Amino acid sequence: MSSITPADVEVGAKGGGGAPGRPGRVSLGGLSVNLRSSGIYIAFALIIVLFSVLTDGALLQPQNISNIIVQNSYILILAIGMILVIIAGHIDLSVGSVVAVTGALAAVLMVNMGVPWPAAVLITIVAGALIGAWQGYWIAYFGIPAFIVTLAGMLLFRALTLTVLGNQGIGPFPDQVRTLANGFTDGWLGNVGLGPLGGADLFSLLVGIVAIAGMVLAQWRTRSARKGYGQAVDPLALFALKMAAGAAVILFLVVQLARFKNLPWVLVLLAVLVLAYSLMANRTVFGRQIYAIGGNLHAAVMSGVKVKSVVFWIFVNMGVLSAIAGVIFAGRLNQAGPTAGNSFELDAIAAAFIGGAAVQGGVGKVVGAITGGLIMAVINNGMSLIGSPSERVMLVKGAVLLAAVAFDVWTKRRAGTAR
Amino acid sequence: MTEHILRMSGITKTFPGVTALQDVNLAVRRGEIHAICGENGAGKSTLMKVLSGVYPHGQYDGEITFEGRRCEFGGIRDSEHAGIVIIHQELALCPQLSIAENIYLGNERATRGVIDWNRTNYEAGELLRRVGLRENPTTTVSDIGVGKQQLVEIAKALSKEVKLLILDEPTAALNDEDSAHLLDLLRGLRDEGITCVIISHKLNEVTAIADSVTILRDGRTIETLDMAVDRVTEDRIISGMVGRALDNRFPPRTPAIGEEAFRIEDWTVYSPSQPGRKVVDGASLMLRRGEIVGLAGLMGAGRTELAMSVFGRTYGVHISGRIFKGGERIELRTVQDAIKHGVAYATEDRKRYGLNLIEDIKRNISAAWLKGLSRRGWVNEYEEYRVAQQFRGSMNIKAPSVDSVVGKLSGGNQQKVVLSKWILTEPDVLILDEPTRGIDVGAKYEIYMIINRLAEQGKAVLVISSELPELLGLCDRIYTLSEGRVTGEVPREEATQERLMYLMTKGQE
Repeated sequence: MSSITPADVEVGAKGGGGAPGRPGRVSLGGLSVNLRSSGIYIAFALIIVLFSVLTDGALLQPQNISNIIVQNSYILILAIGMILVIIAGHIDLSVGSVVAVTGALAAVLMVNMGVPWPAAVLITIVAGALIGAWQGYWIAYFGIPAFIVTLAGMLLFRALTLTVLGNQGIGPFPDQVRTLANGFTDGWLGNVGLGPLGGADLFSLLVGIVAIAGMVLAQWRTRSARKGYGQAVDPLALFALKMAAGAAVILFLVVQLARFKNLPWVLVLLAVLVLAYSLMANRTVFGRQIYAIGGNLHAAVMSGVKVKSVVFWIFVNMGVLSAIAGVIFAGRLNQAGPTAGNSFELDAIAAAFIGGAAVQGGVGKVVGAITGGLIMAVINNGMSLIGSPSERVMLVKGAVLLAAVAFDVWTKRRAGTAR
Repeated sequence: MTEHILRMSGITKTFPGVTALQDVNLAVRRGEIHAICGENGAGKSTLMKVLSGVYPHGQYDGEITFEGRRCEFGGIRDSEHAGIVIIHQELALCPQLSIAENIYLGNERATRGVIDWNRTNYEAGELLRRVGLRENPTTTVSDIGVGKQQLVEIAKALSKEVKLLILDEPTAALNDEDSAHLLDLLRGLRDEGITCVIISHKLNEVTAIADSVTILRDGRTIETLDMAVDRVTEDRIISGMVGRALDNRFPPRTPAIGEEAFRIEDWTVYSPSQPGRKVVDGASLMLRRGEIVGLAGLMGAGRTELAMSVFGRTYGVHISGRIFKGGERIELRTVQDAIKHGVAYATEDRKRYGLNLIEDIKRNISAAWLKGLSRRGWVNEYEEYRVAQQFRGSMNIKAPSVDSVVGKLSGGNQQKVVLSKWILTEPDVLILDEPTRGIDVGAKYEIYMIINRLAEQGKAVLVISSELPELLGLCDRIYTLSEGRVTGEVPREEATQERLMYLMTKGQE
């Protein structure tokens, strides 16, 4: 979507091998990489290497990987919704408070009123949708800037949380909810020996292998279809290399998790959400319209996009994801507390921007936001492993956010992109 | 009376690929009202920007002599310091500030950085009296009408001890009463010894107020006329503005015109920003299948406003009138309605209303027709790519691939993307607003061929253009629009630039 060429070169091509030596691209052993779109993944890899070295490999130990995922799952879920809001050119400051109020609602339903947990979760999600609809109405149909509406929402829903909870925590949650938030798949198929790595859960490994096979198959079919339509595709060697790299990452992750306590349920949920939302953003009319609105609102209106309706539903969706995050966060702590979700909105927004969203909207990817969230998660985790005080962690995270957006602005200016 | 306060000689200004001004001369006598006339794009505004330092010395060739001194302005501050003030068509007032604050903005009445409000408001009051505006200096600018805001701009100019006042289309947005008041004020200023340069499309005003007139055409000075000596009439000015030969810049075409395709009746639109002002006033148009119809009008005549209000009511308030397609009454309340009924509108402002500049070619082309390229909400990306490839070939869009970002294409290629986007919606009626604005000659020819092809396919095409030769070369029939009213309908055989210009400048009776 974003090839980088100076303004005097008329046009630039994207993908398809690419021409080495073009500014904004670096050449890696004959392969050229678009810095703006893949810089984030390179940065992520470098940060992992850095902290692996600094922590003597503790970062990538089975239990630690599991911890990173489970401890950050709710931020990552919020980041998925937030990136869509930001692509459309809006912002949502209320998600932390919505996490709190939906967690509180779930607790009241399950703990105080004894509603069965599936019904309670469903009601909570519907409540999240209603909260999103409330904010979406003011933003899309009434025309108040999202910044103001969600700032008000931040206060309103925090106030509602405190009212519901009466300023004290409610718990404990049913086991099923705790398992979803904090637990792991059962070792249904027993363990297998992995030589020097010791025993690992067979079911987890099988899931990993199925995931790899699915990824390769889907990518291969896309590539074949593109070729059938005469589109440029990666050369076979590059395609194979990309698939091998993807497979290696998944395999490593799954083996490490299988050696610890199997697959965390939140990872399964997260994987489903990332896949579904990536497809939604790229392949559906609704997803396309989000990009169109953020890229040029006027042009979207003149192209027949129902802007108000799209913006409304983006906020409804944000409310739903906030409710899911709310249940998981409460389940993980086994208690819905009055301060739950404090400053989550800032983490989710930072994840989206570190992950390559543009400040003016119109640009961003779901996978990018997840990567942005994971970058912050690894920095958090790595720095705490080496015993850095929390103020220093905050300092580094702030610097990373600023640097990521500065890099984005800089590449854009160098590319001479219009506006 | 023969002393010249301003002399601009041999002014040449080029932009990449375009010569906007070519050896232009302008001589303005002290204490006169000097009008500058010319078609849209003749170079009037560019000339004024050179004079006021918007294009600083060094960016143009030629010489400016003001008050007997050679001037090399480095910016607007320099020219204002010399006593030249320009008032642009779009007023440059801060709506939330008071009249007095606006008058002294950047020129505050202050002692050691602290504003003296008594002096500010007192002196502003004096200036308001001079321009005949009975308002309190502390009134907020957004609370007064456009006509009064124009007077505030003039008061602001007077506060800078202006010697040469330049007004760009000062009455374009004003009603008749405000216009008359403004013209009276300019006469008064002339009597006080202030020289005025006025750019105007309203030739009746020019003949009423100006002492002399300079006519520009295609970036050149055509002539300077003394109104009294030469007995200048509106017709005389028009013939100077349009006297240009047509060459074969247009591809040949044999029209095959069918039955009525689209009709607008009694279409009236009010301005959303100025309550009560009619932008389009009882306009009626009719297009036939296979016909290319022109809509001519000067800046501010309401052409774009008419088109956008028809296209899903994307402009204007209190819209009334009837739309018929193929004889049947239809309602186009939203852009979706318009697309559904096979009506397309390609905007005059590609970058603002036409394209998502950060997106690639294929996604821009598909933007208005995602429904046709999707099943149950899922976009068929392969089909989208194939369609885009097809347009890249048939429209000759010069780009390495359809994955290229649109913001980096040239104007002509961007225009082809906009046209592709609308042709993809399979419209029966296409409204093309300034389809060749800002693109080079070669690309213009290609756009004309595309328009001819659309007509051959039996579509009805309405072309809005400021360039009369373009309309004469392209259209089977031309409507003229003046101050929101359709003032004429001229078949190709009878159309001349003079006749069209006469109808376009025809004021309200």
